[in-house]
Amino acid sequence: MAEKMALAKAINESLRKALEADPKVLIMGEDVGKLGGVFRVTDGLQKDFGEDRVIDTPLAESGIVGTAIGLALRGYRPVVEIQFDGFVFPAYDQIVTQLAKMHARSLGKVKLPVVVRIPYGGGIGAVEHHSESPEALFAHVAGLKIASPSNASDAYWMMQQAIQSDDPVIFFEPKRRYWDKAEVSREAIPDPLHKARVVREGTDLTLAAYGPMVKLCHEVAQAAAEEGKSLEVLDLRSVSPIDFDSVQASVQKTGRLVVVHEAPVFFGSGAEIAARITERCFYHLEAPVLRVGGYHAPYPPARLEEEYLPGLDRVLDAVDRSLAY
Amino acid sequence: MTVESTAARKPRRSAGTKRTSARKSPSTEPALVQLLTPEGKRVRTAQNAEYEPYVEAVTPEELRGLYRDMVLTRRFDAEATSLQRQGELGLWASLLGQEAAQIGSGRALRDDDYVFPTYREHGVAWCRGVDPTNLLGMFRGVNNGGWDPNGNNFHLYTIVIGSQTLHATGYAMGIAKDGADSAVIAYFGDGASSQGDVAESFTFSAVYNAPVVFFCQNNQWAISEPTEKQTRVPLYQRAQGFGFPGVRVDGNDVLACLAVTRWALERARRGEGPTLVEAFTYRMGAHTTSDDPTRYRHDDERAAWEAKDPIARLRSYLESETDTPQELEGFFAELETESEALGRRVREVVRAMPDPDHFAIFENVYADGHALVDEERAQFAAYQASFADVEGGK
Repeated sequence: MAEKMALAKAINESLRKALEADPKVLIMGEDVGKLGGVFRVTDGLQKDFGEDRVIDTPLAESGIVGTAIGLALRGYRPVVEIQFDGFVFPAYDQIVTQLAKMHARSLGKVKLPVVVRIPYGGGIGAVEHHSESPEALFAHVAGLKIASPSNASDAYWMMQQAIQSDDPVIFFEPKRRYWDKAEVSREAIPDPLHKARVVREGTDLTLAAYGPMVKLCHEVAQAAAEEGKSLEVLDLRSVSPIDFDSVQASVQKTGRLVVVHEAPVFFGSGAEIAARITERCFYHLEAPVLRVGGYHAPYPPARLEEEYLPGLDRVLDAVDRSLAY
Repeated sequence: MTVESTAARKPRRSAGTKRTSARKSPSTEPALVQLLTPEGKRVRTAQNAEYEPYVEAVTPEELRGLYRDMVLTRRFDAEATSLQRQGELGLWASLLGQEAAQIGSGRALRDDDYVFPTYREHGVAWCRGVDPTNLLGMFRGVNNGGWDPNGNNFHLYTIVIGSQTLHATGYAMGIAKDGADSAVIAYFGDGASSQGDVAESFTFSAVYNAPVVFFCQNNQWAISEPTEKQTRVPLYQRAQGFGFPGVRVDGNDVLACLAVTRWALERARRGEGPTLVEAFTYRMGAHTTSDDPTRYRHDDERAAWEAKDPIARLRSYLESETDTPQELEGFFAELETESEALGRRVREVVRAMPDPDHFAIFENVYADGHALVDEERAQFAAYQASFADVEGGK
């Protein structure tokens, strides 16, 4: 049974399925109950599962994650929502210092199956602190896993897998794609959570992206095809771990790699990919690995975000530079 | 003194038992719940009537049990300090002076209750049945917490100040969801009372009516900073603003700590939500073995608190109450022997504690594994093996 639905709706359906399947699954966050979340991702869940399982919390992010840790220690599987990317930092200490490390410091005696959902990224004309891409700040921390779906079907299945994971997962939801619709099959056999996927085959150059930038890379590949260039598009889907084997396989075929993300390029996930792929594919590379992303500046006011975010022309420009080597 | 509502507090305030300038001088500090005076005299006051029922049935044997717990905990603590001085431990955080607060509250707990400690709750760990030598692994540097938290319902030590109060609150929310009548106790100190996480845990526990007891050991010093640098009001009064009771107890009176903690736990079990207990005590030693208190506090302050020593106080009481002083002397002598044996065992176990296997770096980073950890473990193994080749070739 396949059904066309928006990415936000797919997450909603996935959360509903998880709540139905396991009484230990809880939803927590600011405005997730009666309102259904500011993006309506949890719409209707409190009505159907009650205030005891879909919990409107005080406005305190550290408190949300800290109490979720305690609930996980008691045997629950909390899925917490951080309302916007830029609001996660009050919880950063609980995530980095406690959530990420507790399994290791207990020598494996306690598990922390907590999912932290974060709508992230720009492109929706929002005010300050509502458009950031902080995934690298979490990828740097051992003990966390980081996933980011690019489409409704992945959003549905990856959320299922994140909730089933016995490790904490930071689940970055591409908020500007919340309303994009795609077929979601509830009988599909999903790829593993941290496996990358070739979403368009090509021979001249590999474009690697995740979350909101996958759609852009499709558009870039389409435009390049019209100029006779064959680009392969790789949806990484996971930022920790990164499926380097899949990137390597693609780059060994094409010889060229451009990594695209909204987050600033400096110390971003693209830097890690560039370093690793240079090491793995040194003799296959026809050009240095190039990165396209945000600048080393605070996320700009909305009227400037189109200049800040990677767009079709900026990615095409990087493609041309790579092919010119 | 309980602060449950303004109505309940009014008569006391008008009677002048509480002053706004309380923090400025110890003599004007608000009254605290005390059942044993520093001289070891049992007192029963109208003000403490609410807590008396919780220790009414305490037998002489149980009192000796509390005494034994405190003596052995102090002995273990002294042994650990010595082991640090001998280079066997990298660091030790001594609980000297806080034995009554920890044993009194620790013995108030049921087995199914859950404890979230700081890094100084050696006495509580003792009450929970955690092998004291297990506490030393992290201070020796062989692990970051060597015990199974669920084995004794005693969570790992938390180093970052105050973080565990949120874990305790979440755990308590889970107990409430399960419909169980267990309770949680969260330990923290006067320094931690300034942390945002502690304030958030007060908010969450109050809003969700979570069965948690916040047990603050106000030992007067956060490393070098006195309580005046953390608060302008007595700490127990913070609870009022969050909508639950706060009470200050003599933290060097094991009987009062037992009574007040039992009272607070019973409130939690009855579904009446959180309680803040401020155990007014004193850190007799340094913050840790790396600290030098002579830089920031005077010896006369310590001397004043020595006169309120929790162990000496209970000993005086036991001596004053007994009809068989010789038999009691025998108990003390036996305890001294037991104490020596504990010290010996701690020394032996610590000195024999092996360094962890090198590959422990990569163990338990994730529950379900991670490709990068696997890759780096393999690289590390190859690197290690390169030495074996060299040695093998000799």
